[in-house]
Amino acid sequence: MARLRVNGVEEEITARTVAELLGALGVDPAARFLAVAVNGTVVRRSEWPSRPLSPGDNVEIVRPFSGG
Amino acid sequence: MTDPLIIAGTTLSSRLFVGTAGYPNQQILLDCLEASGAEIVTVSIRRISLEGYAESLVDLLGGGYRLLPNTAGCATVRDAVLTAELARESLETDWVKLELIGDRETLYPDVEQLVRAAEELVGSGFTVLPYCNEDPVTCQKLADVGCAAVMPLGSLIGSGMGIANPAAIELICSRSSVPVVLDAGIGTASDAALAMELGCDAVLANTAIAKSHDPLRMAAAMRAGVEGGRLARLAGRIPKRRFAEPSSPQLGLVGS
Repeated sequence: MARLRVNGVEEEITARTVAELLGALGVDPAARFLAVAVNGTVVRRSEWPSRPLSPGDNVEIVRPFSGG
Repeated sequence: MTDPLIIAGTTLSSRLFVGTAGYPNQQILLDCLEASGAEIVTVSIRRISLEGYAESLVDLLGGGYRLLPNTAGCATVRDAVLTAELARESLETDWVKLELIGDRETLYPDVEQLVRAAEELVGSGFTVLPYCNEDPVTCQKLADVGCAAVMPLGSLIGSGMGIANPAAIELICSRSSVPVVLDAGIGTASDAALAMELGCDAVLANTAIAKSHDPLRMAAAMRAGVEGGRLARLAGRIPKRRFAEPSSPQLGLVGS
C-alpha cells in the first residue's frame, strides 16, 4: 500500500504504476480523452504501464468537461 | 462571398465561437451548436470523479467541431500550464484558450501571470489564445510573446453586460497584429454584432446562449448577429452627423 494524492484526495492504494492506479480506481485505462499528470508533469498514455509511482506522489487524472 | 477567419494558419468557417457550459441539457447543447454554425467549441479540463463518470462530452460532440480547451479557473502560471499540457494530451490539440484568473469574484485576468504563461506555452509549441483585459498594451504584449490571437473581455464573464468599453475594443482591433476574438460579457445578438462592427475578427458566446429563455433561437440570433456585424464592418458605416440630412430629393417637392 502506498499513500498517494489522487485528484487532491489522499488515498491508500496498492499501485506500482499509473496503469495499475487507474485499474485500482476503477477507471478504464482505455477510455478516450483521459490525461494524467504525476507531480506536475504529464505522463503520456503510452507510458502509463511503465511509469512507476512512489509514496507521496501527486496524481492528477482529468478529462474534458463542458466549459466556456 | 468568402470571408474566412485565419488563426495560426488555420482557416475557420465561422466567426462565432461557442462555449459548451450551462445548457439545460445535452440535446439542447448539441442543437445550439448546430444552429450557431460554430466551428470552434470551447471545453474545460477537469479532474474526473472517482465515484464513476458518465459519457464523455467529446464523444457526445462527435467529430464535427474543433475543440478549444480552456484553462478556466486557473490562478497560477503553474496550474494554467499544466492544465494546457493535460488538455494537449487529452484532446491532441496544441490550441488552448489561456485563462489566468486574478480575482475569483470578478474573474479579471492576472495580466502579469497571463503574459508569462502565454510565453511559456508558446515556447512549448502551443497555439495560445489568451482571455485578457480590454487593454491595447496587454493585447500587444500577448501578441509580442507569440499568441495566435487575443481574446479581450467585453465585460465580466457571464455578466451579459455586453461591451462595456467599445472605444477600447475598437482601439485594440485597429492596432492588433493578430486576430481579436471578443470574449466574455456578450448578452444578446446586438452585442455580438457590435463587436464585429468595432472590428473584432470573431466572438465567443456561451452564457448568453445557454441561459437564454430559448437557447436554440439565441444560438441562431448570435450567428446572425456575428454575420450581420461582419458584413456591416466590411461595408463601412456612414459617418455620424450632428444634424439631419434629408434622404429624399429636395427638388420637385409638391407645393414648392
